[in-house]
Amino acid sequence: MKLAHWMYAGPAHIGTLRVASSFKNVHAIMHAPLGDDYFNVMRSMLERERNFTPATASIVDRHVLARGSRKRVVDHIIRKDKEEGPDLIILTPTCTSSILQEDLKNFVDRASIISDCNVIFADVDHYQVNEIQAADRTLEQVVRYYLEKSHTLDQFVTDAPSVNIIGILTLGFHNRHDCRELRRLLKDLDIRINQIIPEGGSVEDPKNLPKARFNLIPYREVGLMTAMYLNKEFGMPYVSTTPMGAVDMAECIRQIKKSLETLAAPILSSKRVDYESYIDGQTRFVSQAAWFSRSIDCQNFTGKETVVFGDATHAASITKILAREMGIRVSCTGTYCKHDAEWFKEQIKDFCDEIIITDDHAEVGDIISRVEPSAIFGTQMERHIGKRLEIPCGVISAPAHIQNFSLGYRPFLGYEGTNQIADLVYNSFALGMEDHLLDIFCGHDTKEIMTKSLSTDISPIWDPESRQELGKIPRFVRDEVKRNTEKFARRKGILNVTVEVMHAAKEALS
Amino acid sequence: MSTKIVETITLECETGNYHSFCPISCVSWLYQKIEDSFFLVVGTKTCGYFLQNALGVMIFAEPRYAMAELEEGDISAHLNDYEELKTLCIRIRKDRDPSVIIWIGTCTTEIIKMDLEGMAPKLEYEIGVPILVARANGLDYAFTQGEDTVLAVMAHRCPDQELPIGESKETKTKLFPFPLLKEKNLVEYANHPPLVIFGSLPSNLVSQLDTELRRQFIKVSGWLPAQRYADLPSLGDGVYVCGVNPFLSRTATTLIRRKKCELIVAPFPIGPDGTRAWIERICPVFGIEAQSLEEREERIWESLKDYLDLVRGKSVFFMGDNLIEISIARFLIRCGMIVYEIGIPYMDKRYQAAELALLQNTCIRMCMPIPRIVEKPDNSNQIRRMRELQPDLAITGMAHANPLGARGIGTKWSVEFTFAQIHGFANARDVLELVTRPLRRNENLDNLDRTTLVRKNNELYTSTPVK
Repeated sequence: MKLAHWMYAGPAHIGTLRVASSFKNVHAIMHAPLGDDYFNVMRSMLERERNFTPATASIVDRHVLARGSRKRVVDHIIRKDKEEGPDLIILTPTCTSSILQEDLKNFVDRASIISDCNVIFADVDHYQVNEIQAADRTLEQVVRYYLEKSHTLDQFVTDAPSVNIIGILTLGFHNRHDCRELRRLLKDLDIRINQIIPEGGSVEDPKNLPKARFNLIPYREVGLMTAMYLNKEFGMPYVSTTPMGAVDMAECIRQIKKSLETLAAPILSSKRVDYESYIDGQTRFVSQAAWFSRSIDCQNFTGKETVVFGDATHAASITKILAREMGIRVSCTGTYCKHDAEWFKEQIKDFCDEIIITDDHAEVGDIISRVEPSAIFGTQMERHIGKRLEIPCGVISAPAHIQNFSLGYRPFLGYEGTNQIADLVYNSFALGMEDHLLDIFCGHDTKEIMTKSLSTDISPIWDPESRQELGKIPRFVRDEVKRNTEKFARRKGILNVTVEVMHAAKEALS
Repeated sequence: MSTKIVETITLECETGNYHSFCPISCVSWLYQKIEDSFFLVVGTKTCGYFLQNALGVMIFAEPRYAMAELEEGDISAHLNDYEELKTLCIRIRKDRDPSVIIWIGTCTTEIIKMDLEGMAPKLEYEIGVPILVARANGLDYAFTQGEDTVLAVMAHRCPDQELPIGESKETKTKLFPFPLLKEKNLVEYANHPPLVIFGSLPSNLVSQLDTELRRQFIKVSGWLPAQRYADLPSLGDGVYVCGVNPFLSRTATTLIRRKKCELIVAPFPIGPDGTRAWIERICPVFGIEAQSLEEREERIWESLKDYLDLVRGKSVFFMGDNLIEISIARFLIRCGMIVYEIGIPYMDKRYQAAELALLQNTCIRMCMPIPRIVEKPDNSNQIRRMRELQPDLAITGMAHANPLGARGIGTKWSVEFTFAQIHGFANARDVLELVTRPLRRNENLDNLDRTTLVRKNNELYTSTPVK
């Protein structure tokens, strides 16, 4: 047992459900008690999803505990098969129901005989892995299932250069924007996109995955297992360098070139793309980030320190960008992806003073308050920590928040991503003239003026009880309530504000 | 009432495949209410992630709330539960020094049959902090019933009433400058047996309802829960109790059976009609004739006029989530709305008897058919029914709001009614404010004259083919 207040990564079933509901026409069924199906709330609210999230619960209740859930689960699968007509149903337990150790695999086998659609059981250990790992595994499981199922596999790779993008997920951190940016990049490089999975893909697609010449894994959290499977079974090369920041963009593009050359099959393409000149042009002219870092605006970064924390992909990439592209000192970098600690340390060892691998937000908070950086780049949790310490924070990684599902175009990947990141970094610091003016005028704070009441000759007197009552009102409306009550009292010629006067004022004014 | 009953209330029951919040969510409002408490939810990552994500509780509640996260060793019983919990509770006592620690049992503790009730008294004795155990699990309960489980165990800890009746007549000096009681500067309480009100309400609502009863010379001797754990009300034979929330049937039963209290079965003080009925039920119990309630209710209705014009004739569909559905539906029918269906996770017909009767009377009065009441609804069936009925407004859980909205149906989150202040006379306005917001918003959007951008008439269709 451990005392916990906050989780950077969710429980395993969330990962499975994210993969399931990213695919088109896949229904996920949770074997779970009432209330464990809040994934639907997250997806509907954060993604502002217009369709009903295709995930339902086969409810575990007292009745199930007493009698077993076989009938209920099988019935539920068959019902959803009839109602929704999905291509695939994925059954998953939650942490709670996995303890029951019911033979869900068996239920699935039973149901798949009767139902029209395919049914699989998401094979994940709910106490060993978290959301991220479970998503990685489930994606691999689905791909493997469909590839193993299709015996007449068309093994030929495409003539033209082609790629699969693996690991774009619903509820992912800026995934949709990143995906759009990657499409643009690949179009520029004249590489045809064979498949994008799982977001928006059909489960029938995986069997065409081997047709592409290589796989691109933008985030190492989800998709790497699938890429390794495809590499092992079909000899497909993959690129897992995250195309974030100008330097890694170049690296990623060079690896793409190399991957295209590894296959013996000749590339038949009308266009010849010069990769090096493309990189050069994009880095110097499309991306403004490199120039911007060298401009006078950014002189204020001199001597500033930061702390970075997030998932392995984002924390590592942002650290590298800050250190080697923007010249900002990174005092400490960390990740909550404990399972990927080795890779992470290897990546950033030359770019920061200190490395922290933890999923305890208190530890991160302690480091931040010790280092007292000028800015933090972290998750929503670090933003919260920063608020308490009055240190600005730019959010660069999941766990996501409604603010990270912006309607506007905010990619982190690609050359446009470099611009976005540069903006984010710049705006996170109090900088330049603003910094200077703040010093002169003693800060942003105008609270004093706001709370001062408008001048009136006689202010009603608040008795202790009403004062206490006023104290119970949430701070953001307290002043308004106070003003309204006094206005009411003045109008009625009441000199002493009591609790009753407050209530009467609310009634009269509302 | 002498009105002839033209229709009776019938309850349907469906499959129970509905979406609702887990009952552990009660932590989010109870920790705020009971200021010296500490809530320890004994559960898995799934529970913690729910509180963090769906309710955003965690980081803000950190000082008085935590998860005891069960790990593999706990599940497989390799670790000693008692020692584990002891370590955590000692740390909590040291860091936070709460007056009470409330363990919230979850589905997982039920399934692994962790004996929380057995361990609590032992540990309480050992560390010297009261420990209560509430089984707010999703196997047995829905959403707001979590509060019910907590209050039911808390009732056991209320001190026994020593002087049941015959308390000295208390006189309080209060300046009370309103027309209602203008001539009276002194408010006296009638001599009556103690009255304890149960249900967790924000303290300003508590004081509003206290004031309402004081106007009838009734003194509320205590609330369950109180602002501080140490201030729990005295209970016992001869103490009258009355609930303010419709989901507290277990607490009511505990108060009657274990604490020998007398339950006043009343409608719930939601809406001016409900509030009046609530007071009118309490008064006669103490031999008091309720005064000037009719005018008061009338005045409130008068003040709601602008809202009433908006809602009259509009239709509403409750998908069922927080168990407050009946009371809100009754109020909305009284406002002139048409209620097609009231979904509700669970209905205790005895505890809600007075509310159901008021619903029936309201329907008769407004010449409306009694809405269909569906216990343990099935969300897919409901969506199908909604497609036919095309309600103006659906009051629904958070998972369905955007999809229904995309299909042209105005939606309001049911949780807003859980968290908003809806009790008492003055707050009826807040209920209507919530209800009319989507209606007013849609009207505003229509007035933007860009209706070609969005579908105009309420066409509901599903994206997936219906077979």
